[in-house]
Amino acid sequence: MDERILSLKEKMEKELSGISDLAEIDKIRVAYLGKKGSITALMKGMKELAADQRKAFGADVNKLKEAAMTKIEEKTEELRRHQVEMEIASMPSFDITAPAAKNMGSYHPITLVQRQCENIFKSMGFTVEDYPEVVTDYECFEAVNIPKHHPARDMQDTYYLENGQLLKSQTSAAQNAILRKYGPALKENGVPIKAIFPGRCFRNEATDASHENTFFQMEGMMVDKNISISNLIYFMKTMLSEVFRKDIKVRLRPGFFPFVEPGFELDISCLICGGKGCPSCKHSGWLELCPCGMIHPNVLTEGGIDPEEYTGFAFGLGLTRLAMMKYGIKDIRDLNSGSLKVLSQFTDD
Amino acid sequence: MFLSMNWICDFVDLDGLDKVDLIHRFSLSTAEVENEIFFKGRDLSGVVVAEIKSVEEHPDSKKLHLLKVDAGDGELTDVVCGAPNVRVGMKTAFAKIGAQIGDITISPRKLAGYTSYGMCCSESEIGLSDDHSGIMEITDDIPNGTDIKSVYDIDDIVFEVDNKSLTNRPDLWGHYGIAREFAALAERPLKNLETDDLTVYSELPPVDLKIEDNLCKRYSSIKVENISRNVSPVNIRIRLYYCGMRAINFLADLTNYLMLEMGQPMHAFDARRVDKIRIKRFPEPFRFTTLDEVERNIDENTLMICNDNTPVAIAGIMGGFDSEIKDDTTTLALESANFDAACIRKSTVRLSHRTDASMRYEKSLDPEMTVPAIGRFIYLLKKYDSGAKVVSSLTDEYAVKFPPVSIEFDQAYVDRYTGIKIDGDTIVKTLTGLGFKAERNGDNFKVDVPSWRITKDVTMKADIIEEITRIYGYDNFEINTALSPLYPVRPTEVKTDEEKIKDLLVKRFSLHEVHSYVWAYNDEMKAIGIPVEDNIKLANATNPNIETLRRSMIPTQLCQVRTNVSYSNDFGIFEIGRVVNGVDENNLCIENKMLGITLFSKTNSIKDQYFRLRDILSSLTDDIKHCELTFLKTQAEHSYEHPVNYNRILINGTDVGFIGMVHPTVGKNIDKKGNIVFAEIDVDKFAGAKGKELVYDEPSKYPSIEYDLSMDMPKDVLFSDIRACWENADTDLLRNVSVIDTYDTELIHRITVRFLFGSNDRTLSSAEVQYVVDKITDSLAAMGVFIKKS
Repeated sequence: MDERILSLKEKMEKELSGISDLAEIDKIRVAYLGKKGSITALMKGMKELAADQRKAFGADVNKLKEAAMTKIEEKTEELRRHQVEMEIASMPSFDITAPAAKNMGSYHPITLVQRQCENIFKSMGFTVEDYPEVVTDYECFEAVNIPKHHPARDMQDTYYLENGQLLKSQTSAAQNAILRKYGPALKENGVPIKAIFPGRCFRNEATDASHENTFFQMEGMMVDKNISISNLIYFMKTMLSEVFRKDIKVRLRPGFFPFVEPGFELDISCLICGGKGCPSCKHSGWLELCPCGMIHPNVLTEGGIDPEEYTGFAFGLGLTRLAMMKYGIKDIRDLNSGSLKVLSQFTDD
Repeated sequence: MFLSMNWICDFVDLDGLDKVDLIHRFSLSTAEVENEIFFKGRDLSGVVVAEIKSVEEHPDSKKLHLLKVDAGDGELTDVVCGAPNVRVGMKTAFAKIGAQIGDITISPRKLAGYTSYGMCCSESEIGLSDDHSGIMEITDDIPNGTDIKSVYDIDDIVFEVDNKSLTNRPDLWGHYGIAREFAALAERPLKNLETDDLTVYSELPPVDLKIEDNLCKRYSSIKVENISRNVSPVNIRIRLYYCGMRAINFLADLTNYLMLEMGQPMHAFDARRVDKIRIKRFPEPFRFTTLDEVERNIDENTLMICNDNTPVAIAGIMGGFDSEIKDDTTTLALESANFDAACIRKSTVRLSHRTDASMRYEKSLDPEMTVPAIGRFIYLLKKYDSGAKVVSSLTDEYAVKFPPVSIEFDQAYVDRYTGIKIDGDTIVKTLTGLGFKAERNGDNFKVDVPSWRITKDVTMKADIIEEITRIYGYDNFEINTALSPLYPVRPTEVKTDEEKIKDLLVKRFSLHEVHSYVWAYNDEMKAIGIPVEDNIKLANATNPNIETLRRSMIPTQLCQVRTNVSYSNDFGIFEIGRVVNGVDENNLCIENKMLGITLFSKTNSIKDQYFRLRDILSSLTDDIKHCELTFLKTQAEHSYEHPVNYNRILINGTDVGFIGMVHPTVGKNIDKKGNIVFAEIDVDKFAGAKGKELVYDEPSKYPSIEYDLSMDMPKDVLFSDIRACWENADTDLLRNVSVIDTYDTELIHRITVRFLFGSNDRTLSSAEVQYVVDKITDSLAAMGVFIKKS
């Protein structure tokens, strides 16, 4: 084999083995295989050889060319592999257990509980109604069977305003308007009235850890032909089992509320002990939870609905109390404090 | 109210029944019983009647005496006793060795050198009263050694009913009414009250008595003289004590006993002071001393009992000091009356003086009760003081009667209302048991309501349902779902928007939802230097710190920001709540539901904060209404708003609220380094503002062309002013416009706007794009905008 071929081969192999950078490979490729490369030059110089030498020389140069291409290809592959290995090796192992950056907003706990309740009712075909906070004496009292001088007004420490209106002391203030709003569809088309009306209520009283002058209730009612006490019990049990997400036992006791007849105090089996008796239920096994009852005929009449033809039930849930029970909030005043130390924890249901 | 099971059993035989179980049933069927039930006398045994046979002074103690006591054992027992009232011949309660008094077991005990073999007891020690001034004196003739529990009603079950649960049941304010409920629950007969036959006195002269004001519905009276007894029988005193009352003297005790038994308050006047009873009000206010020796202001609305023209008692509330029974009283004029419930209630509130009597009167007592109560009183009086002599006829003025109530209903009504089947016989039996007169004719019922239920409680069919069902027992109800047709329910737009707003603010912008009060707290507002804006006020707030309703949520939120400055360097709060903006032409409050957002930061510049809030509001609008907000720079309206950057917010021309920055003075009061911005949106207006439907834009298959223009804006020209330059360019090729950069120096306000051109049906040529761009730049130039060549 020609001396030049051998030395070129040697030189190239030496140069290739010495590089560690992919960019240099291209230089070598150009230096040997490019148009002006050394191997190309050998090819070009072939024509100066004698004809008998030309064939063998040509074959040798071609061999060299192929070998060079293979070498370069191998080296490229090697360097690529090496580069990836380097990249992997240089990647640090991160401590993913370090605390995550948090930037979460929060819902008011009442919103969370209210939404949960609303969703239960919506799933049973109830409409959700909103109502003002400032109402008239008629809406809050007269229309729900609490005429002037009625002793029930003693139980209500109502905030009155200068103009004779008042801050609603109970969500029942919305009953009349809702009966009037949906009454026509009931009477004309037989669409039952099924409504809940969450809202803020106000009581003129001193505040402490368990008393607030501003709190949330959610009232609900259903009116149709043939709505019965039996339906009421079924409904309360079903609804409360959904609210607490477990099978709840309910117990009704007579309770006096002017807008219902009969009226009930509804107790549920204690959520802590399940009814066996514990300190949180004062060892009775029961928790007094919400008032309910059959809508008083006077309330229906005042709402334009004939109590001889229609009956209905109504109930009131203390959303504030429910939120406190659910999250174990001990001081009711925290809810209206605006304190983000308290409220920012309620990121979602 | 405390109730004695012994007393109840005077009127209904509950032998053989579990009384505690009945009390629980009472709680489920009638009125709420408090959890704790008291088993009186259960912890007392071995206490007997004993007689003191000798008394010697203790040689070393001034207080102690050495007694020999006959406890019926056949021999005398040595006892050391410290009570001051010991004397020979006195009978007392004696705890023998081994006796149990509460936690104490009596054993021989050495006192100052002498051993006492037992203990003489005070009434307080054995739980009969709170008298611990000396040992109990037993005046009844009882053999020594008799267990006192066998002669006195010490063993009893006492329970407490929540007074609130009796508000609508005037008939349950005495044991007899309660016994009626137990009788109905136990299905046992209720016994009649034993009373004196008052007709035998009809020939005697009447009491001089006249109702001059119909707020007194009924007044019954009788006079009795020659009363010699002063101390009540032990059993009467025990019952009073168990029911939470104190024994005073025989006559006062007897009136109280009657009140606890029948629910009828009574008053005994000293007949020497009262001989011409008149019931009336006085036109002029005056002062009057009640028997508790308190002088009270009486006004023209307060009904008074008078001796002719001299007031002697506040009707239904309390007797007067001058006319009360004294120790030397032997003749009394008894009052058993009925007054207007509302009148008594209001007087009670005015006088801030609630008594056992007024508590009952304000529930609307049954006026039919006054005469039987007198019959019962005389019966008991004569039983315990045989010398007592009635000296007048029963005198009874009945000014106002409740009309009788009778109710008709049928089986179908009961079935429909209850949803279960309660048969006709059960209905009749239940109502009869409760004292109703019930007639049944097939499926039809006619019920006469007893007088003690008509005063307020039972007036209509639905009330009868309650009577039937509560005795039937709600625990016995079969429960069934309602069968009602299905109809779709569509939430209101406001409600839907509210929920979306909350979700976006919490989830996308990491704000915190808070709640606050609808009024201003004067002290908090003062602390940050915001004057309380004039508005409608609360008329009767008990807290002097709250008075005026708020017109805006922002001052409230600024107060809340102040409470949170140490919580974090950066936070935002929001609330959907109410404000009131004065009254309308009908003098009714104008209430608005507002969304308030306030952002606080110690790290971001005020400008960044302001734009962040702008972006939040735009995003809400974009998301919910699929349209853009527009802003209108106006004068700030309140002292807490920064005068420079205050903008009204409009959606399609509807003003929905404002965005602003805090005034530096207020801001510094909240936090020296904090930057605070806020916005308030009327939620109803927001929901009502016309938005756009979501429109789908088919992505083009052809490439689009971006064209950037850097514009130097003249002073006082707003971005919203130059929008017309491309919006009016009359082209359908412009797909999007966005600001990609802003550059501000003191002299230059430069914004770089990227225009995106494209078409759905072809690749645009640069010429047609340039044509539009030229149109835009021409308009911009006309507005004085300098286009920087790039």
